[in-house]
Amino acid sequence: MDAKQIQETTQMLASENLDIRTITMGISLLDCIDSNSDRACQKIYDKVTTKAQNLVKVGQQIESKYGIPIANKRVTVTPISLIAAASGDHDYVKYAKVLDQAAKTLGIDFIGGFSALVEKGYQAGDQVLIKSLPAALAETNYVCASVNVGSSKSGINMDAVADLGEAVVAGSKLDVMTNAKLVIFCNAVQDNPFMAGGFHGVSEPDVVINAGVSGPGVIKAALEKVKGAPMDVVAETIKKTAFKITRMGQLVGSVAADQLGVPFGIVDLSLAPTPLPGDSVAEVLEEIGVAQVGTHGTTAALAMLNDAVKKGGVMACSHVGGLSGAFIPVSEDAGMIKSVVAGNLSIAKLEAMTAVCSVGLDMIAIPGDTPKETISAMIADEAAIGMINNKTTAVRVIPVPGKQVGETVKFGGLLGHAPIMAVNPAVSNRLIHRGGLIPAPIHSFKN
Amino acid sequence: MKAILTVIGKDRVGIIAQVSQLLAKYQVNIVDVSQTIMDDNFVMMMMVTIPLADQFAQIDAELENFGNEAHLEVKLRNTKLFEAMHNI
Repeated sequence: MDAKQIQETTQMLASENLDIRTITMGISLLDCIDSNSDRACQKIYDKVTTKAQNLVKVGQQIESKYGIPIANKRVTVTPISLIAAASGDHDYVKYAKVLDQAAKTLGIDFIGGFSALVEKGYQAGDQVLIKSLPAALAETNYVCASVNVGSSKSGINMDAVADLGEAVVAGSKLDVMTNAKLVIFCNAVQDNPFMAGGFHGVSEPDVVINAGVSGPGVIKAALEKVKGAPMDVVAETIKKTAFKITRMGQLVGSVAADQLGVPFGIVDLSLAPTPLPGDSVAEVLEEIGVAQVGTHGTTAALAMLNDAVKKGGVMACSHVGGLSGAFIPVSEDAGMIKSVVAGNLSIAKLEAMTAVCSVGLDMIAIPGDTPKETISAMIADEAAIGMINNKTTAVRVIPVPGKQVGETVKFGGLLGHAPIMAVNPAVSNRLIHRGGLIPAPIHSFKN
Repeated sequence: MKAILTVIGKDRVGIIAQVSQLLAKYQVNIVDVSQTIMDDNFVMMMMVTIPLADQFAQIDAELENFGNEAHLEVKLRNTKLFEAMHNI
């Protein structure tokens, strides 16, 4: 028994906000496909509520036995556009509602997978799903949606980019929260346990458990002990701390999988902030030495942080997956919000930051009168960064009707609150109206 | 099953005695004890063996109640957590 190690673990859990962000059960719905949509929905409800019936209970048992908070219990399913296409329906809101009902029955926090993968073109169900997004998200509470519009292997579907700009604007008019539940990806991953972008890929096993860890507070506390030390010491400290956090994720994930009798998939090594004090990625960057997140030097600090988290985590678990890195959602991070309010963090800088960390323009509130073409153009820019750099990027922007730059919108809970950020007033109408596909990039001659 | 009990708070007379009494009620065996003062805080760690794993939640709840009354942070955690985090 090593008192110092026990004390360290206790400290992380008690005062540095260390938690398991999520245990997520992925469930394949491929065997629920039916030409009759009512029958398909019944099969979906039955399968999800049967396979995940013990998810919440097992999660609570682990919380009690190990003394580790598990913030969320979630389910992801096969992209609904693939499941619903056979029905020939012209509206998939019904499918979203059945997922919502299943989530409510199970007592889980979110269900993800109201999704479509359209990077190279539309199949029959994809456009129907995109058209259904605003109503599906406005009329449900637990359902999360995502659309993959690009990839390094196949380029960017600019028709989908245009359609999604329109869907985001339409959704915002129904309910401001709809777009907090919609992520538009390039290079989406198949085993992501985080929301709102999680879905269960078609190449995954029938049922699987994935775990997502958190822990920016723990990294910050560790860095407070190496003030003034050179960058290699900082990187080493982050690696060691990430290792310990990830070991906890591996333990919880494998115990959960074992108790639920399903295979354990991956640990997602992401540093996921919450609006709570001391649980902020921005504060980690500021501890590294950036005066305020968003100023010069932020990209370098973030690149190092993101890389060190991966290096530390990779050895700590048997399979790494998901998005793995550092998240930079504005509304969910107290340090980011502070910097926006102080005028030191802009969308342009956030875009640069997304080139070196996981995901992208995340939880950013923008004026409600932002043209749909501007939102599409933001999606296209992010997708291009992901496509060229072989990484996942995403957009989750939230137009807030009736609000302008300088005002604030409250989302509540883990989603926090956000100041409305300025977008560039020049509108790239002609770019978006072209449509078509941006061809896949060359994978040689990298400069 | 093996577990680690941690007690953190302001030092006073009888903490170890009270905790041990509570554990004895459930036939919990104390394998190892370490006690120190860190940053003016009383920090005690015990490695214990719980004969009936089903009683874990009940023992943990009772310890937590005791902690709340005595203004101490008392927590029981499965040993596997510490092994996973600190051993390769």
